[in-house]
Amino acid sequence: MAHFDENAKPFSNKWLDERIGLNTLMRVLNTEYWIPKNINFLWAMGMVLAATFGILLVSGIFLLMYYKPDANLAFDSINYTIMSEVGYGWLWRHIHGVGASIVFLIIYIHMFTGIYYGSYKRGRELIWLSGMGLFVAFSAEAFSGYMLPWGQMSYWAGMVITELFAGGSLEAVGLVEWIRGDYVPGDAYLTRFFMLHVLLIPLVIIGLIVLHFGTLRLPHVNNQEGEEIDYEEAAKLYKEGNVKESKVIPFSPVFLSKDLFVMGVYFILFFYLVFYHFDFAMDPVNFDPADGLKTPAHIYPEWYFLWSYEILRPFSKDIGLIAFAFAQVVFFLLPFMDRSPNVAPAHKRGLFQIWFWVLLVDMIILTAMGKLPPTDPTFAFVGLVSAVLFLLMWPILIIITKFEKKIEKGA
Amino acid sequence: MRELKILAVVVFFSLLTYYLVEPYAHHEMHKKVDADGNEIKIESRGFVYDGAADVEEAERAGDKELVAKKKAFWSDVKKISKLKGNATAGEAGFGMCMGCHNGANMNMGGVIPPSLDHAGAIYEKDYLIALIKDPAMASNVDHKYADTMTHPMGSIKTMFTDDQSIADVVAYLMTKKAGEVTPKEAFSEACMRCHAMRYAKTTQLGDTPKFKHEKDALAHKIKVIEEQDMVKAYMGKLPPDLSMIIRARGAHFMETFIENPQTQLPGTSMPRVGLSHEGYEKVKEYLTEIGDPSKKHREEVGPWVILFFIIFTILAYLWKKEKWRGHH
Ligand code: HEC
Ligand code: HEC
Ligand code: HEM
Repeated sequence: MAHFDENAKPFSNKWLDERIGLNTLMRVLNTEYWIPKNINFLWAMGMVLAATFGILLVSGIFLLMYYKPDANLAFDSINYTIMSEVGYGWLWRHIHGVGASIVFLIIYIHMFTGIYYGSYKRGRELIWLSGMGLFVAFSAEAFSGYMLPWGQMSYWAGMVITELFAGGSLEAVGLVEWIRGDYVPGDAYLTRFFMLHVLLIPLVIIGLIVLHFGTLRLPHVNNQEGEEIDYEEAAKLYKEGNVKESKVIPFSPVFLSKDLFVMGVYFILFFYLVFYHFDFAMDPVNFDPADGLKTPAHIYPEWYFLWSYEILRPFSKDIGLIAFAFAQVVFFLLPFMDRSPNVAPAHKRGLFQIWFWVLLVDMIILTAMGKLPPTDPTFAFVGLVSAVLFLLMWPILIIITKFEKKIEKGA
Repeated sequence: MRELKILAVVVFFSLLTYYLVEPYAHHEMHKKVDADGNEIKIESRGFVYDGAADVEEAERAGDKELVAKKKAFWSDVKKISKLKGNATAGEAGFGMCMGCHNGANMNMGGVIPPSLDHAGAIYEKDYLIALIKDPAMASNVDHKYADTMTHPMGSIKTMFTDDQSIADVVAYLMTKKAGEVTPKEAFSEACMRCHAMRYAKTTQLGDTPKFKHEKDALAHKIKVIEEQDMVKAYMGKLPPDLSMIIRARGAHFMETFIENPQTQLPGTSMPRVGLSHEGYEKVKEYLTEIGDPSKKHREEVGPWVILFFIIFTILAYLWKKEKWRGHH
C-alpha cells in the first residue's frame, strides 16, 4: 500500500502525485520526453495535425447541435438553419469544411516527411502502421462527413463509391445494398453514415492517436540525418545544463515552443482559407440538393482521394478494382518493402532519392488526372501511364533498396 | 536557410496540386467546344443585347437561313433603337401591355406575366425593343416555336406593328417605370414567375402568407402546386429553387448564363431574361442575401481573426526564441 500524506492539500501537486503519479507523467510525457535538436519544421506537422483534429472536433460538436440526419431535412438544416439562422453557424461550418480538406494536405506532408527521412524504418514500424491506420480512419471520416449535407455530390459520390463494393464481376449487389441499407442511397444510408461520422470513427481516431503517440515514445522521433542518438547521454548533458552540446531538447517546453510558432503560421493560412477561399473545400456542386434523377455532368471525389480514384479509372473494371485495392494498402507495407538498412534522408540514399520524387510527382499527376474528364484521350492516356507507374514503383522499391549501399556510421 | 528551402518545396508542390485540381480542372471540365473541337470562349458581353451572340450561335449550328433571320431581326432592333421614342405617346401603348401584365396573378400560357413596375430599371433598352417585336426571338427560344406567335406573349407582334410605337412604349418604360428598385423586387419581376425561393418563403405565386388555419395553408399549397405544374408543362421541367444557387454556381457562370442561358446550357428552355447590368446586380444582391447571408459577416470578421493569429504567431515566435536561447 502506497503512502498517502495526510497533510497534503486536495489537488495540490503532492496530493495528485501520490494518486496519479503526476510528476512521473509530466517527466515521461513532457519535460523528459527527449526530441532530437536536429529537426526542421516538418516535425511540427504531427502537432499541427493534432491541433487540426481538435478544431474539427470542436466545430463538429457545434454543427451537431443543429444538424438533422434525415434525407428530407439534412440539406436545409445545414444550408438554411446553420448557415443563416444560427449565430456564427456559417463560421463553424466553414471551419469544419476547410479543416476537413486541409487536414489531408498536412497528412500528406507528414507522410512524405516520414518517407523522405526514412522514419518508418527499423524501430519505427509501428509508428508508421498506426499512422496509416489514422490515414484510413481519416479517409472514412471524411467520406462519411461528405454524405451529411445531402447535396448532389454527397449523393452521387456516395453512389459511385459504395458501388465499388460490388467487386466488379463478383457482382456482390447484396453487399452494396447491405452497406446502403437500401437499393440506392436514402434515409437509412444517411443515418448510418451520420452515426459513423459522429461516433464510431471519431472514437477509432482518438484511439489511434493515442496508439500513434504511444508508438513514438520509445523509438523517439527521427531527425534530419537519421542519426542514432544515445538518449541517456544526451539527456544527461542537457540536464547538467549543457544545452548547447546536447543533441536533444525536451518536448515541453522547448519543442512545443517551436510547434506553437509553426501552428501560428498555419492558422493564418487556415483562417485565410476559411474566410476568403473555401470553394476548394466546399464544392459548389454540393450546394445543389441531392437529386437521384439528375446525374451531375462530372462526378469526382474530394481532392485527397483523387490519386487512388485515378488508379481505379483507367483500367477495365476488375483490374481497376484490384489496382485500387492494392493502392489502398500498399503504403502499409512500406516498412517491409524497403530492404535497405539505412535510416537516412533520401538525398543520402542514391536511387531511393529519385524513387521518392518520382512517387511524389506521379501521385500529383494522378491527383490531377483523377479530376480531369477522362473523355479527353490525352488525359486518359496520361492517367493510364501514371497509374501503371504507381503500381510498378513498389517492385522497383524492393529492388533498388536491396542493392542500396550501406552508409557507414559516422560518415 | 535550410528550413526556408524546405518550405519553398512544400509550398511549390501544394500550389501545383491546387492549380491542377482547381482552376485547371474546372476550366477543362466546363469548357465548351464546337463541332471541330475548338474551344468556345464564353464571355460576358456586359449585358448588352445586339444579337451578335445569337448570330454566332446560328453560325456555329451551320444554319444559314437562321443566321439571316437573326441578322435581320437584330438589325431591325438597332433601327428602332435609333428612333426617338415619345414617352407620352407610349403611355397609350403601355395600356395594351397591362392587358396581360395586370397583377392579377393569372397564369397565361405557362407563367404569370410579371409585374412591369420597374421594367425600365432592370431590363436593357434594346432587349425591350426586341421583346416587343418578337418575344421568342428576343429571349432566344425561337427554336421552340414553329410560329413565334404561339409564345405566351407572342400576340404582342400584332399589337405593335410600326417601329415608332415600339420606340414610344419603350421610352415610356425607360422613363416612367424606372424608379428605384429593391433587390427583392428585381428578383420578383425577373425570375419569380418560374423560380421559387424556399429560404425566402417565396413561390411562383409570390410571398407565402402566414395562415392561421392549416386548412388555408394546405389550400395555398395546392394552388402553388397547380401553378408549378403549369410552369413545368411550359418549360418541360420545374425550374430549380434558387435559394442556394449563388453558392452552387460561380460568378462567371451566373453572369453569362443569365445574359444568355443557351451559352452555358445549350438547348435549355430557360429564356434569356434581358436584364441590364444594373438589373443583374440587383438580382445578384438578392440571391446573395438569401443564399449566402454570411458573406457580409465573413468580410467583417475575417480580418480580425487573421490579425489575432498574426499576433499569436509573433508572440509564439518570441517565446520560441527565448526557450531556444543557448541551444545552438
Ligand atoms: C398576351 C399577353 C401579354 C401582353 C399583351 C404583353 N405581355 Fe409581356 N409577357 C407576357 C407573358 C406571358 C410573359 C412571360 C413570358 C415568359 O416568361 O416566357 C411576359 C413577359 C414579359 C417580360 C419579361 C420578359 C423577359 O424576358 O424577362 C417583359 C419585360 C414584358 N413581358 C414586357 C411587356 C411589355 C412592355 C408589353 C407591352 C408592350 C407586354 N409585355 C405585353 C404576356 C404579355
Ligand atoms: C420563363 C421561366 C424562367 C425565368 C423567367 C427564369 N428562369 Fe432560370 N431557369 C428556368 C428553367 C426552365 C431552368 C432549368 C434549365 C435547365 O435545366 O435546362 C432554369 C434554370 C436556372 C438556373 C440553373 C442553371 C443550371 O445550371 O442548372 C439558374 C441559375 C437560373 N435559372 C437563374 C435564373 C435567374 C437569376 C432568373 C431571373 C433573372 C431566371 N432564372 C429566370 C426558367 C426560367
Ligand atoms: C492524422 C493524424 C495524425 C496525427 C495527429 C499524428 C501525430 C504525430 C505526431 C505528434 C508525431 C510526432 C511529431 C512529428 O514527427 O511530427 C508524429 C510522428 C510520426 N507520424 Fe504521425 N500523425 C498522424 C498521422 C500520420 C500518418 C497518416 C502517418 C503515415 C502513415 C504518420 C506517420 C508518422 C511517422 C512515421 C512519425 C515519426 C516521424 C519521425 O520519427 O520523424 N502519422 N505523428
